[in-house]
Amino acid sequence: MTAPLLEIDDLRLHFYTRDGVVRAVDGVTYHVKAGETLAVVGESGCGKSVTAQSVLRLVPSPPGRYVSGQIRFQGRNLLDLDMAEMRKLRGAEISMIFQEPMTSLNPVLTVGRQIGETLVLHQGMDQKAAEARAVEMLKLVGIPEPERRVREYPHQLSGGMRQRVMIAMALACNPKLLIADEPTTALDVTIQAQILDLMRELKSRVGAAIILITHDLGVVAEMAERVVVMYAGRKVEEASVDDLFARPRHPYTLGLMGSIPHLGSSLVHNAPPRLAEIQGVVPSLREEIPGCAFAPRCGFATERCGRERPEIEELAPGHFAACFEAERVAAQFAEAAS
Amino acid sequence: MTATALEPTVAAKPAEGRVRRVLRRHPKIVIGGTILLLIALVAIFAPYLATVDPQKVSPARRMRWPQELYWFGTDMMGRDVWSRTLYGTRVSLVVGIGAAALATVGGLALGLITGFIRWADAILMRIMDGLMSIPAVLLAIALMAITQASIQNVIIAIAIAELPRVTRLVRGVVLSLREQPFVEAATAAGTGLAMTMIRHILPNTVAPLLVQGTYVCASAMITEAILSFIGAGTPPIIPSWGNIMSEARSIFQVGWYIVVFPSVFLSITVLSVNLLGDGMRDALDPRLARRM
Repeated sequence: MTAPLLEIDDLRLHFYTRDGVVRAVDGVTYHVKAGETLAVVGESGCGKSVTAQSVLRLVPSPPGRYVSGQIRFQGRNLLDLDMAEMRKLRGAEISMIFQEPMTSLNPVLTVGRQIGETLVLHQGMDQKAAEARAVEMLKLVGIPEPERRVREYPHQLSGGMRQRVMIAMALACNPKLLIADEPTTALDVTIQAQILDLMRELKSRVGAAIILITHDLGVVAEMAERVVVMYAGRKVEEASVDDLFARPRHPYTLGLMGSIPHLGSSLVHNAPPRLAEIQGVVPSLREEIPGCAFAPRCGFATERCGRERPEIEELAPGHFAACFEAERVAAQFAEAAS
Repeated sequence: MTATALEPTVAAKPAEGRVRRVLRRHPKIVIGGTILLLIALVAIFAPYLATVDPQKVSPARRMRWPQELYWFGTDMMGRDVWSRTLYGTRVSLVVGIGAAALATVGGLALGLITGFIRWADAILMRIMDGLMSIPAVLLAIALMAITQASIQNVIIAIAIAELPRVTRLVRGVVLSLREQPFVEAATAAGTGLAMTMIRHILPNTVAPLLVQGTYVCASAMITEAILSFIGAGTPPIIPSWGNIMSEARSIFQVGWYIVVFPSVFLSITVLSVNLLGDGMRDALDPRLARRM
């Protein structure tokens, strides 16, 4: 077996703020194989974005500091690279799509110049060749009349088109890894579907691996091959998409699945089944949590969960979870499903 | 699926039409710009419009009231006030535009530095705070006192006095732009710091700077007149509006017209510059608001 494209190994990224240390990423390990789509899910503030940003070393330091761990991309530890080497990688080998298509483009530069920027930077193209390539990229991401659009400014494009432009920018240099940080969150549902379709189509054509950061399990089911579930700066479960949806082994994953509204789960019946939520709030990452971070919100929690932290274990081939009660969780899910 | 039919295409307006539309929507730009253009023409063609050499002293024709030959009358040395006022336009415009340009360029450079480099920010902004605590006119007087009276020094003195405000503005804009996702996106695409500044930060500071520049220009014209009026500005040999007013101060009761004409010119010029600035702010701000 060849080594994975990207390996994040026991990464700890802490923020040293005036009010104390925030353990935003606290020992996260995951990997992405070439050409694979990995989804990272979790609610706001669980560290999923920060982990991905640290791959490109975009986390400002100070206050952020890498306490331990490695991020190996094609065998090289990115945390050891200097800024010049890092810049060579950014946009060329690893690129990123952001959440906000409205503000992720510079309002005073034409779309063509922004797409061309990475090409000029990394492939030494001249302005003219870069613009020709930009037209090509716009065509690839399905923007009509690319020859005209390439000379337009971001405010002349709709949100969906801007996200397409962002994708064109990210893929211009044929990167090996694409990090998509909630690429569809800011878009409305129909455009979301289009963008996801586009990403899937381009992925098969370009062959890039994708890290898809999202909190939408629907998106996960549609796009990903493997899933990492994060909670409070840690990985709590990792499995292939099929395994995860068929047999979740962490109560948090179960909670996430329970809080998706289903079509037909009507509220007009006599005893309307209330949409399940996960009780409580995400714990503060400032304090050291002795036991399982999810225990205070967990229906399965025992006295042991408050004392001892469950380590992540391989419970089935390729299926990891960090929970003492994993089998009970899986059993309950199976029971509820049948 | 390519599914792009849903997104409407926006028809691009021809550039000419766009300019005309902006002008129609912002009459302040038209009015201020027109007056300023006329004043600039007066300054350029002063030698042709002036009836008499502005420096020519004719003791025999002192203190004449405005009349056919001397439109604005003559002063206590028999110099033609009309011609002197016209030439004064040159001083005012040169000082106004020069100081505005200098303060804008300097403020832009300092603002970019303070916006990006933390330790420089701490030091430079304290200096700027110190400069700002001194009234601009007072600071300009102090600077003129330690240098020689010349138009060049007046421009530099006023520019230094105006510098803190421009720096503050640019710093604020840079600080808010830095946090914009498109700057992070540029970093994520491998753009270096210098390139990010030039391509992504700088063009976005142009609009607010342009507006601020006009205000600095108006303020510089007034400061120049004040400096000249109290004898700390343009050398007395050059006819500037402040100088004309200053010389006529002692004979104000008999020859008030000598003071009135240059001050009316000064007021109109400053007003037109401010109108232009207001109009530009109105025209540029909506886009600014949408962006930030």
